[in-house]
Amino acid sequence: MRHHLILRVITKLLAGAIMLFAFYVQFHGDYSPGGGFQAGVILAVAFVLYGLVFGLPAVQAVLPPWVVHKMMALGVLVYAGTGVISLFTGYAFLDYTALNPAHPEHGQELGILWVEGGVGITVTGVMVAIYYAFAGRPPRISDEEW
Amino acid sequence: MSVQDTQQAAMTLADHLPLLQVLVPFMAAPLIVVIGARRLAWGIAFAASLASAGIALAILLQVLDSGMISYHIGGWVPPLGIEYRIDAANAIVLLLIASVSTVVLPFAARSVAAEIARKHQTLFYAMWLLCLAGLLGMVATGDAFNVFVFLEVSSLSTYVLVSMGARRDKRALTAAYDYLIMGTIGATFFVIGIGFLYAATGTLNMADMAAIIRENGADRTIQTAFAFIVVGMGLKVAVYPLHLWLPNAYTYAPSVVSAFLGGTATKAAIYVLMRFMFTVFRPEFLFEVRALDLIMVPLALVAMFAGSIIAIFQRDMKRMLAYSSIAQIGYILLGIGFLTETGLSAAVIHLFNHGITKAALFMGAGALIFRSGSSFYRSLEGLGRTMPFTGFAIVIAGLSLIGVPGTAGFISKWLLVQAAIEKGWWPIALAVVASSLLAVIYVWRVVEVLYMKEPKSAGTRDEAPVSMLVPLWIAAAATVYFGFATELTLGAAQSAADSLMSGFSPVHAGGG
Repeated sequence: MRHHLILRVITKLLAGAIMLFAFYVQFHGDYSPGGGFQAGVILAVAFVLYGLVFGLPAVQAVLPPWVVHKMMALGVLVYAGTGVISLFTGYAFLDYTALNPAHPEHGQELGILWVEGGVGITVTGVMVAIYYAFAGRPPRISDEEW
Repeated sequence: MSVQDTQQAAMTLADHLPLLQVLVPFMAAPLIVVIGARRLAWGIAFAASLASAGIALAILLQVLDSGMISYHIGGWVPPLGIEYRIDAANAIVLLLIASVSTVVLPFAARSVAAEIARKHQTLFYAMWLLCLAGLLGMVATGDAFNVFVFLEVSSLSTYVLVSMGARRDKRALTAAYDYLIMGTIGATFFVIGIGFLYAATGTLNMADMAAIIRENGADRTIQTAFAFIVVGMGLKVAVYPLHLWLPNAYTYAPSVVSAFLGGTATKAAIYVLMRFMFTVFRPEFLFEVRALDLIMVPLALVAMFAGSIIAIFQRDMKRMLAYSSIAQIGYILLGIGFLTETGLSAAVIHLFNHGITKAALFMGAGALIFRSGSSFYRSLEGLGRTMPFTGFAIVIAGLSLIGVPGTAGFISKWLLVQAAIEKGWWPIALAVVASSLLAVIYVWRVVEVLYMKEPKSAGTRDEAPVSMLVPLWIAAAATVYFGFATELTLGAAQSAADSLMSGFSPVHAGGG
C-alpha cells in the first residue's frame, strides 16, 4: 500500500470525519432518523476503512481485538444496567420514568440516550469483530503448495 | 402516557421476580466477558444460575398459591407492551431449566477443564448463561415475537456450545453446523407463522391473539400460521421426522452441554409448542383442523418405536441417549395429542421427569468419558466396577428412563397410560408399555457393558472426582425422589394442564 498516496491521505482525512458523523447520528437520533445501530455501524466503518488501506496489524494496534470483545459485552451491560436502575427505584424494568420521576419525559429521553449508547458500543464492537474475523483468516493455500 | 402504568410505582423485589429470573443470567453473561478472568467465570455462572433456580422455585410456589403473574416490561401495559406471563405451565418448565443448569454447572467445572480448550473456557460459561437466559426467556414471555427473540438467543448460543466439543471430536463442528442450518430453518418457519398471526390479528401479545382468534374464528391465514408454527417449533422440539440434527449435536457436544441441553432445550421448545397450540389456537381449533390425531399422534408413535429401536443398536452411549431422547419426546407429544387434561398433565410431568433423568444420564456418560476418554461401549467396558458410584447412579437414572415403579419415569408413563385408557385408546396404551420394554433393552446394554465385561485395568478403583459425583447423584436421587414425592410435580402438572386447556384466563386450582 506504500505507493497509494492518494488512498492513504484520503483515508486519514475521512476516518475522523466518519467518526464525527457516527457521533452525530448517535446523539441526534432523538430528533432525526438514526440511533445506536446506525451510529455503531458508521463508527465501525471508520475502523474497517483504516484496516482495508493500512492493513490489519495497523488497525489492531489502534483497536486491539480484546478491546473489541469487551465492547460487545459492555454495551449489553450498559443497556440492561439502565433497566436495572429503574428496578432499584421501584419501577418496572426499563421504565425510564424512574430516571427522573418528577419529569417523566426527561427521564425517558435520558433513558433512551443511555440505552442507545449501549447499543452503539455493542454494534461497533460486533461490526469490527466481524471484520477482524474475516480479515484475520489465514490465506487459502495457493496451487503451488499442493 | 395513558397506557403506562402509574399505579405500579414502588414495586418491591418480589414483584420483579419474573423479570429477574431471566435478567440475572442475561446480565451475568456479558459480565463474565467484561471481567474476562477464567477463574471467576465458573463462580459467576454458578451464582447466576443458582439465583435463577431459587427465583424459579419462588415463582412456582407463588403461582400455585395465587395464580398467574404478569410483569410489564418498561411499565407498558400489554397488549401494547411486552409482558412476561407466568402460570403453572411455564413456572414448572422454568424450574426445570434453571435447576438442571444449576445442578449440571458444578459438574462442568472439571469436565470443561478436561474437554474444552483453555482459551475458550471463559466464553463457554458466558455462552452457557446466554443459553440459559434465552431458554428461560422464551418460556417466561407472553409476547409471541419475544418468544422468537429468546429462541434465537438460546439457539445461537447452543450452536456455539455444541461446536466447543471440537477439541474432543472434530465432528462437533459439522454437528453444530447441521444444527445451525436446521435450527435456523425452524426459527424462520416459526417467525413466518408469527407474521401470519400478526397479519390476521394485529397483535403480538399471545393472550390478546387468543382472544381475537376466539372472537373472529380461524380463517385460512390463521390455519397457515398454525402450520408454520407447528413445523418450525417441531424442528426445535425434534419431532420424529424433523429430528435429524439431534443425535449428532448431542453426541459430539461436550458432555456437560449434552447434559444441559438434553434436560432443557427441547423441553423449552415443547412448552412453546404447547402454549401456542392450546392457549393461542385453542383446543377447539386443534380439533377442527385435526392436526393432533392425524399428525401428532402417529408421529409420536413412530418416534417412540423408531427412536427406541435405533437406540438399541447404538455403540456409543451418548448417541444411544440421544436416540432415546427422540423416543421420550414421542411420549410427551403423545400426551399432547390426546387433547385431554390427563394427557396434557402426563405431557407436562414427563417433560419435567425426563428432563432430570436425561440430565443425570448424560452426566453419568460425562463422568465415564472423563476417565475413559470416549463414550463408545468398547471403551466403557467394566467401568461399573472401577467406578461404582458413577455406575450405580447411571443404573438408577436408567431405571427411571425405562419407567420402573419407584422412579420419576414411572409416574409420567403411568399417567400417560391412564390418559390413553381414559380416551379408550387401548392399542396406544399397549404401545406405550411395549416401547418401554424396548427401553429395557437399550438400558440393559449399558448395564451389561458397565458390569458384565472385564475392566481393562482390573481391580483398581478409579472413581470420578467428587465435584462430578455430587451433581450426578443429586440428579439420580431426584429421579427417585420425584418417583415418590409427587405432590409438587403432579400438582403443578395438573394445574399446568388446567391453565393450558382453559387458555390464559386466571382460573386456578390451588392443589390440582
